Amino acid sequence: MYKILVREDLVPGIHLFKVAAPAVAQKARAGQFVVVRIDEKGERIPLTIADWDKDKGTVTIVFMEVGATTARLALLKEGDAIADFVGPLGVPAEIENYGTVVCVAGGVGTAVVAPIARALKQAGNKIITILGTRSKDLLFWEDVLKSTSDRMIVTTDDGSYGRKGVVTEPLKELLESGEKIDRVVAIGPVVMMKFCSLTTAPSGVRTVVSLNPIMVDGTGMCGCCRVSVGGETKFACVDGPDFDGHKVDWDLLAARQRIYLDEEKCAYDEWQKSHAA
Amino acid sequence: MAKLNLNRVEMPRQDPKKRGKNFNEVALGYSLEQAKEEASRCIQCKKRNCVTGCPVEVDIPDFIQAIRDGDMPAAVRILKSKNALPGICGRVCPQETQCESTCTLAKKEAPIAIGRLERFVADWERANMPAKDSTPPRPKPTGRKVAVVGSGPAGLTAAADLARLGHGVTIFEALHVAGGVLMYGIPEFRLPKEIVQAEVDFVASLGVDIKLDSVVGKLATLDEILAQGYDAIFLGTGAGLPMFLNIDGENLNGIYSANEFLTRVNLMKAYLFPDYDTPVKVGKKVAVVGGGNVAMDSARCALRLGADDVYIIYRRSEAEMPARREEVENAREEGIQFKLLTNPKQFLGNDKNWVTGAECHEMELGEPDDSGRRRPVVKKGSEFVVDLDEVIVALGTRPNPLISSTTVGLETTKYGTVVADEETGKTVKDRVWAGGDIVTGSATVISAMGAGKRAAKSIDEYLRG
Repeated sequence: MYKILVREDLVPGIHLFKVAAPAVAQKARAGQFVVVRIDEKGERIPLTIADWDKDKGTVTIVFMEVGATTARLALLKEGDAIADFVGPLGVPAEIENYGTVVCVAGGVGTAVVAPIARALKQAGNKIITILGTRSKDLLFWEDVLKSTSDRMIVTTDDGSYGRKGVVTEPLKELLESGEKIDRVVAIGPVVMMKFCSLTTAPSGVRTVVSLNPIMVDGTGMCGCCRVSVGGETKFACVDGPDFDGHKVDWDLLAARQRIYLDEEKCAYDEWQKSHAA
Repeated sequence: MAKLNLNRVEMPRQDPKKRGKNFNEVALGYSLEQAKEEASRCIQCKKRNCVTGCPVEVDIPDFIQAIRDGDMPAAVRILKSKNALPGICGRVCPQETQCESTCTLAKKEAPIAIGRLERFVADWERANMPAKDSTPPRPKPTGRKVAVVGSGPAGLTAAADLARLGHGVTIFEALHVAGGVLMYGIPEFRLPKEIVQAEVDFVASLGVDIKLDSVVGKLATLDEILAQGYDAIFLGTGAGLPMFLNIDGENLNGIYSANEFLTRVNLMKAYLFPDYDTPVKVGKKVAVVGGGNVAMDSARCALRLGADDVYIIYRRSEAEMPARREEVENAREEGIQFKLLTNPKQFLGNDKNWVTGAECHEMELGEPDDSGRRRPVVKKGSEFVVDLDEVIVALGTRPNPLISSTTVGLETTKYGTVVADEETGKTVKDRVWAGGDIVTGSATVISAMGAGKRAAKSIDEYLRG
């Protein structure tokens, strides 16, 4: 069992757990993920590692309530324990001194970008961060991202904070500004990563995305997470989760994320019924 | 010499019509009377051919004699001194090609039903003997430590033998339960998980420490494990990477690897969704591509989950099928339909990315290939379409590269298997042994157990060196 030491509710529907997992904390690197199973009847879900502390033996995860499992997870309190917490899985993010890197973070992807931006900053890169959410009340970790950024742009869809609009607009302006951009890291909802990749495609600037398809074991055993990259089938759990955004078959990814839509709805309805009772 | 009795005692099975709708065990096992009757057919030959046919060298005539004498505790002791997993082996070993094929009575086409008797002894023990009575006394500790990676049949066997020799053993298992393919792969109706758990518990009772959720290669490399104070490592990580056909349409929704389908059903208990959280899709018309035991297991699971039509699509003929005869017969009895000498050319889908069918070729058999089986050749112009809403690809598996790719000094083949000495399991890397599917590619439970046993012997010799 893995104990939840700290719980924070970042914004409505997005929560942070600091979990005691000393062995995972020793090995964790930016861009990797864990597979979590709440209890005996729980499913295995992948969650990205948002932070870790080797000395204290903790690993931080940030998750959004999207279905029955994450809603169940969100009910856990400090002192509660999670049955399984497996990791660190996946290939760590590539970290080198590339020059200037634009980090684009969308929604819960903000927590995934944070450790990557920090590592890129430590490697000597100039970091320009674009942080986008739907509205001000869903914005979190602006301060965390700011601390590793040379420049920071915040967008909200409704204009309630920062610049009104979506992340691809400032991204496009940066690419066209004449400033030399060496790399883009875009992590957030599939549609955001797709349009960031389309935005950077004409310039050819390498654009790294982090894919989060449905997984079961997370160790290459089942092939549920297969994605098509450059016409080749890859397993996101062991070949990724980071891939070249210009080569990802986004429509396939989006379609495969909808495989269990009916079952997810059924489970969520069941859960809400039992939870209400 | 006593008169030979050539009437094998049949083992009762669930009615095919009923069992196609439940996950309860198909084979029901012998009663004590049936077991005694079958045991009484054994002629106790001087030349113990059956023992040589057993990869873990169970003293078969001795445990059969004990059943005959009605001394069941003795039968348990004899069996478990060589085999820590008899309930599992009695159910899933291909005895017909091993101990039973070398039985003297096999010449008369009536070998002793050794597998059924083994199963009976294991089941009798679980029902009648408290765990403390079946746990052998702990040997004097040697002070040496061995890490076993993987808790499938190879790892469990190596761990049990090493613990019985007094070594400190820790198993590292990547999943959240121990048992490997016995838990995630083989379905409940063929191998109840309660039995696997009981035999895993037995291995733990020998003093083996089982660490779950531990992905070696990620959490620690082999060199880091050795540096943590382990004197030797046994790699028994199996062949966990699913193979696909690599044809168009294979990433359509509704197309599973057998590993994924079976993991969802067996390990995650998707057949109990939504009480259990993990879902699985159940089509009305399901095709399973492949002809091995995993293909039969997948097809029979799909049937039990409510499919109307389940097809086995296999590119050779029935004679070349690698599945056990018994399992092919079970599948056929339950209503699985066989489309033999058939191979998918591409999968067809709709605008929502869901599979709607497979375009297949008819095949014919040509000259024998490397495997000695006749090579299937496409019959020109024979394309036809099978309507489907689910496909399960059961073409076999390869070793997961997670460990070999993170280990310096381990030799692998082009198939990703680890190179190890056939007799001892020793790899070219100092203090590292390997055995089971990670060395051979996908094979059987008992051959993996045999490899675990031989490696344990070699590790013990090294540690006592």
